[in-house]
Amino acid sequence: MKSQSPQIIENQVLAGCLYPALLEDDSLPLDVKQRAESLLRECDGGSIGSYTESGGIAKIKHCVSQFITRRDRGVPSSPDNIFIKSGSQTALMIMLKLLIRSEDSCRTGVLIPVPTYATFTLALEEQGAAIIPYHLCEEEGWTLQVEELHRALQEARKICNPVALYICNPGNPTGHLQGRKSIEEVIRFAAEERLFILADEVSLSQVYQSCVYGDDTEFYSYKKVLSEMDSNISSTVELASFNSVSKGFMGECGFRGGYVELVNLDPAVMKHAHTLFSTRSCPPVVGQIALDLMADPPKPGDPSFSTFSEKRQMEPDMLYCLHLLEETGLHVRPGCEYGQRKDSHHIRLFVGTQEKIMEEALQRLKTFHMRFMKEFS
Amino acid sequence: MAQNGCEHSERVLTMDTMNPNVKRVEYAVRGPIVQRAVQIERELNMGIKKPFTEVIKANIGDCHAMGQKPITFFRQVLALCSYPDLLEDSKFPEDAKSRARRILQACGGGSLGAYSISQGIEMIRQDVARYIERRDGGITCDPDNIYLSTGASDGIVTMLKLLVSGEGVSRTGVMISIPQYPLYSAALADLGAVQISYYLDEDNCWSLDINELRRALQEAKKHCSPQALCIINPGNPTGQVQSRQCIEDVIRFAAAEKLFLMADEVYQDNVYAEGSKFHSFKKVLFEMGPEYSEKVELASFHSTSKCYMGECGFRGGYMEVINLDPEVKFQLTKLVSVRLCPPVPGQALLDVVVNPPQPDEPSYDTFIKERTDTLATLAEKASMTQEILNQVPGIKCNPVQGAMYTFPRIHLPQKAILEAKEKGQAPDMFYCMKLLEEKGICLVPGSGFGQRDGTYHFRMTILPPVEKLKIVLAKIKEFHQHFVEQYS
Repeated sequence: MKSQSPQIIENQVLAGCLYPALLEDDSLPLDVKQRAESLLRECDGGSIGSYTESGGIAKIKHCVSQFITRRDRGVPSSPDNIFIKSGSQTALMIMLKLLIRSEDSCRTGVLIPVPTYATFTLALEEQGAAIIPYHLCEEEGWTLQVEELHRALQEARKICNPVALYICNPGNPTGHLQGRKSIEEVIRFAAEERLFILADEVSLSQVYQSCVYGDDTEFYSYKKVLSEMDSNISSTVELASFNSVSKGFMGECGFRGGYVELVNLDPAVMKHAHTLFSTRSCPPVVGQIALDLMADPPKPGDPSFSTFSEKRQMEPDMLYCLHLLEETGLHVRPGCEYGQRKDSHHIRLFVGTQEKIMEEALQRLKTFHMRFMKEFS
Repeated sequence: MAQNGCEHSERVLTMDTMNPNVKRVEYAVRGPIVQRAVQIERELNMGIKKPFTEVIKANIGDCHAMGQKPITFFRQVLALCSYPDLLEDSKFPEDAKSRARRILQACGGGSLGAYSISQGIEMIRQDVARYIERRDGGITCDPDNIYLSTGASDGIVTMLKLLVSGEGVSRTGVMISIPQYPLYSAALADLGAVQISYYLDEDNCWSLDINELRRALQEAKKHCSPQALCIINPGNPTGQVQSRQCIEDVIRFAAAEKLFLMADEVYQDNVYAEGSKFHSFKKVLFEMGPEYSEKVELASFHSTSKCYMGECGFRGGYMEVINLDPEVKFQLTKLVSVRLCPPVPGQALLDVVVNPPQPDEPSYDTFIKERTDTLATLAEKASMTQEILNQVPGIKCNPVQGAMYTFPRIHLPQKAILEAKEKGQAPDMFYCMKLLEEKGICLVPGSGFGQRDGTYHFRMTILPPVEKLKIVLAKIKEFHQHFVEQYS
């Protein structure tokens, strides 16, 4: 049977949903057809051209909540607290809208890491927030230092009203992954200083995937760590956690599928959050489908799974790429996704990158490669 | 961990600390009546007995949900784009394959899954520009003035963000029609802008009266700084198609009063009535000569959600901006980068919509037939709806000239109005809730769209299949007569 990568399976499911005539013959494997049919059943009129619920298709939200529970090793997650939007950024914009009082004379402040990605800063400015930068510690691999958070907050209180702390874990652009202790410190800080945590965990899926497939990197989400702290913290610290299909295993940025999970929010505020998430139309259905496939990939017994289980042993170049991403923040694609001669391995880099960045990227690659080779020899 | 829903006095985000503008945001189309409809559907699924066996949702402009079929060609191209192995499959026609290949070549990494630039894939913007030129009789369109968006709503909200500024009496005012599609009122509430309502003339087929625009503007100048005028043509919820004369008058008014024009034209192919024709604002503007075409600032909006495509779930759309200050345009380009990019499948769909099969291509005949049939069915339903509703004493329905809705006026007995007020409900909400509970039909009350004080309406879509629509109209007739008797 023809070997299929998870990417192919996803493409096939999407094609089946887009053009259901494909489900009537042998163009696609049986499990792919079944998956497409089960998704189409959730769509009004059996068409992905229909609007869905504004917060996302109920069955997909359910699937995402189960994914989160598995990811967090049993911490319960409810679909009622999950909203699917067109990308994690859209969900983040909506949360900012709830938090930022743009007409107050004293501006609402949001703590953000430096470095951070430019579009986020723009988004905050657009909403009229006061930006409170906290510097990540480059010398220690871009770690988050609570002392620095304290410093930034004290300074900021003189000129604005800080209400939220934005965390990006793993960092963008740094790639740094916070350990459990660091996450606990941050949560404690937020509890003491009464800050709402906005946890951008979009790149966490890749780390999670590598754990599932046998890597020994410890995996901690903010919600997981929060749930294991004392109840006076675990039941009070307000948290919004963001994720999307843009990073993860498949990296389908163009589909714009993302979600937010809300934890410990005031019930009256939840009602308004719900309205805000419903005012704009639904997230793109193709993005929702990609999210469903990310949260619930093919299983044992599925014809397509034979390839997936091969992936459990991890193609060597996939392993290399995952380590490269975690350790250096450099994102390249493994040769196994493109096809290559048996027993040869490759990586794909996009050489259209700016020269300066390319130099930095190649430097990181060089350092990483030598370390990797040593470690695995 | 506490469930969301437990009272806790130490929270950071409470009703008092939350952004106060959020409290003003409402959206009737997906509001309480729809929530109740969904609940009733659940009850029916659980076997609870009701006076009906299904809920008919005539509240939202969703064609496919009501059984309209997608255009085969469009879906073929999208399937080919998402699973390129199918390019080897002889079941797919060559014209679909060539478009798929072309689209994939324009996408990063040859995949719909890659990010595109924020303004939208350049090749697609060029194709959209050519479509607009063909539509508007050759008037030039610059692809750089095209911004692809996540449905038209995204573009509309983005422009409003750019327009709204100031404080107190210099706070931006935006003119919107009453009735209007509640995205506008919600966005204005959200942005803390001042809503300047101008009433459409119900006695004259919901047409736009310049005198009314003038009145609204003069009033508004006392307490805000009017900057923009929004118009939906063909209209939602009213279905009127503005005459060319009217569009010229609006343009002259906007020029004289220095207002930014926002033309929501998403229903541009949905024109049914004899004598009605779609005139794009841009075309009329340019045909009025340089005195207007070089001065008036205009943003026009279109999407893949309506017309004959009905592909709401793809969130495909675009806006064209005319005569924007170059520095403002720069800021606009920056602003759209915040949401990264519009969904690429939606961009791809838009590309095929503006590049449909040509007469010499294999898919042409099927395409034309599907498009014609879809639009003809809508026209038939528009005409049937207005005819049947006008037979009901107490319901008056203006001609459904275009779009996908009817917005009839309902005369409610005084007793019913009082009972509604006692319940704290708008009288038309009271009416629609009863209609839902007794007949299983979900409509949206006129109060969600705006209406003159003391008048009541509902908005119903004309989208259910013909046979079902006949049933819906018959039930509304029965219900109205019973309601009037009950409350007289």
